[in-house]
Amino acid sequence: MKRWIMGAAGVLLLAVIGVGAWLFVPARAPQVVPAQAQADAAKLHDPALIERGAYLAKLGDCAACHTTRGGAPYAGGRPLTTPFGEVSAPNITPDAATGIGAWHFADFWRALHEGIGRHGQPLYPVFSYTSFTKVSRDDALALFAYLKSLPPVQQPARAPELQFPYSVRQGLVAWRALYFQPGEYQPDPKQSPEWNRGAYLVEGLGHCNECHTTRNAFGAMDEERRLAGGQIPAQSWYAPDLSMQPGGGLAGWSQQEIVALLKTGTSTKGSAFGPMADVVRLSTQHMNDADLAAVAVYLQSLPPRQPVAAAPVVRASDHAHGGELYAKRCADCHGDNGQGVAGTYPPLDDNTSVTEPTGINAVRSVLLGGFAPATAGNPQPYSMPPFAQSLSDTEVAAVVNYVRQSWGNHAAPVAAGDVSRLRHTPVD
Amino acid sequence: MKLYNDGMNPHDFVRETTRAAAALFAFGAANALYAAAVPTVPDTMQQRVAACASCHGAHGEGLPGDVKIPRLAGKPAAYLLQQLQSFQDGRRHHAPMEYVVRQLSPAYLQQIADYFSAQQVPFHPQPVPATSADALRRGEQLVHHGDPARGIPSCESCHGSTLTGVQPLMPGLTGLSYAYIQAQLDAWRTHQRSSDGPGCMTVVANRMTVGDVTAVSAWLASQPPPANPHPLPASAQTEPLPGWCVVGNEEARR
Repeated sequence: MKRWIMGAAGVLLLAVIGVGAWLFVPARAPQVVPAQAQADAAKLHDPALIERGAYLAKLGDCAACHTTRGGAPYAGGRPLTTPFGEVSAPNITPDAATGIGAWHFADFWRALHEGIGRHGQPLYPVFSYTSFTKVSRDDALALFAYLKSLPPVQQPARAPELQFPYSVRQGLVAWRALYFQPGEYQPDPKQSPEWNRGAYLVEGLGHCNECHTTRNAFGAMDEERRLAGGQIPAQSWYAPDLSMQPGGGLAGWSQQEIVALLKTGTSTKGSAFGPMADVVRLSTQHMNDADLAAVAVYLQSLPPRQPVAAAPVVRASDHAHGGELYAKRCADCHGDNGQGVAGTYPPLDDNTSVTEPTGINAVRSVLLGGFAPATAGNPQPYSMPPFAQSLSDTEVAAVVNYVRQSWGNHAAPVAAGDVSRLRHTPVD
Repeated sequence: MKLYNDGMNPHDFVRETTRAAAALFAFGAANALYAAAVPTVPDTMQQRVAACASCHGAHGEGLPGDVKIPRLAGKPAAYLLQQLQSFQDGRRHHAPMEYVVRQLSPAYLQQIADYFSAQQVPFHPQPVPATSADALRRGEQLVHHGDPARGIPSCESCHGSTLTGVQPLMPGLTGLSYAYIQAQLDAWRTHQRSSDGPGCMTVVANRMTVGDVTAVSAWLASQPPPANPHPLPASAQTEPLPGWCVVGNEEARR
């Protein structure tokens, strides 16, 4: 009942702010100086700019959302599930009728930098303009030149399928007023150029925060806990904390290990799986060595984390059962002591993906198994068998609890009910 | 021959030797312990594709019992590759398969297809489903002769007179379970399975009745394994495929 009242009050508040904002904030047309527009248009056919744009499109992982399974690259159509409903990514090939063929750079810049569509409509933040606003104008022009150079594909965009009140687009005016601050990345003069490059990539084009930061009930990122880890909304994966300092999710990782994971999909400390495997395969494996190093330098500078769980972790009662299952099903690859095999099978001891707060990653990894991403640096990855068909909910919980509470790991246990729920989570 | 340095007396020699032997032994023991703790990983395709083995068997031999999981061993490599790509691209649907193949490159998919295609392992005997004699006769009729009145070609006309498949894209129909064959025919009928070519099966499965699907699945699953399990060469396909096999034709879209 209380939740219902809170929810209704929240919706009412949003509606009031939204209507007010809609009445008093006039829709702005892009401010374009004609000479500037001509200069931008003249550059769009520059092969060097297009090539740089192609590289930047990889860094931004644009294809991950703007390409549907088995579909033409960048032609859109992939449904993106959010807690508020489904939004399909639009076609960003230069088709005049259904893509960005009729767009000018000013339109593209306004979408990327301000989150405003070509017709002045506020865009749903499932398009990560909260991060892309930091992208420089030069990089945006290169991206636009690249997209304009693609073969046009005719594929109409699908209308968003959102629940009320989120289906009322003007409600976004309120959301934006509360949670969105447009602005290009401003370098920190106290830091090295390499650090600033890393910050620009992580906070901006790479949009790492969009998964690795906890979101509130309105889907906005908690600014106090940037890159400190978060459950990915509607996907049921946990994107871990990226701090490499004491208490951080990547404590004990070296910069080389960060680079190895991003470049090859695997490292001595762990392998990419779930949504991060997609990110490595489609995006980070294509980053040049200087950019990879810059990202690692920036992550190295994230602050240490205070341990949040003050309550002592209760030892799961199924520890012995879990140990038997571990010895039989897991130890052959991950080792008797969870130490793994460097670069082949990830260690489970002191691995943030095992001990992350929710237990989701460990449960889903046991259920789904799978391969590390096939990359140029690791073209024939090893794999883990799925156990969904051979282990019961109770057994999965027992082995996950054993792994989360053995060796140096002290994480809260999961319940068989959690496993049951995650067993039926869609994989795409 | 000098056994020890001039400066070392025999007692020291024995002590040093013992110490060296002890150190060597400790080193060996530590090595042995290390070897026990760190698993050794064979650099083989069989080891790499462990994710496939838990359902399809280490050599793609399939599982005993009436389960909806196919044998992979010995099927044409091009067919296996096409199926792996179909799971990536959304033309075939089975959540665990879609997740497992998602991260693989075209080159690696080819290697995996080649690996399972090259495996030669015995067939699991399939349990014979409880089906009426009439249904089995109907199944046999469809497999060998089809049903010309309803435009249903025989299975043999495309999957080979031996039913062991035809290179490069026709899979064998032997050694598969009743549950798997029936599930696939149903998936074709309901557009849950499709192909980027040839597209015959959507049409064929829709010309069959539910009873036909049961009959064909039961008869195929009850056959003994073939003496020669290899797919026939491409030259065995002498008849051109009918026009309605073209992907996206009118009848397949219905």
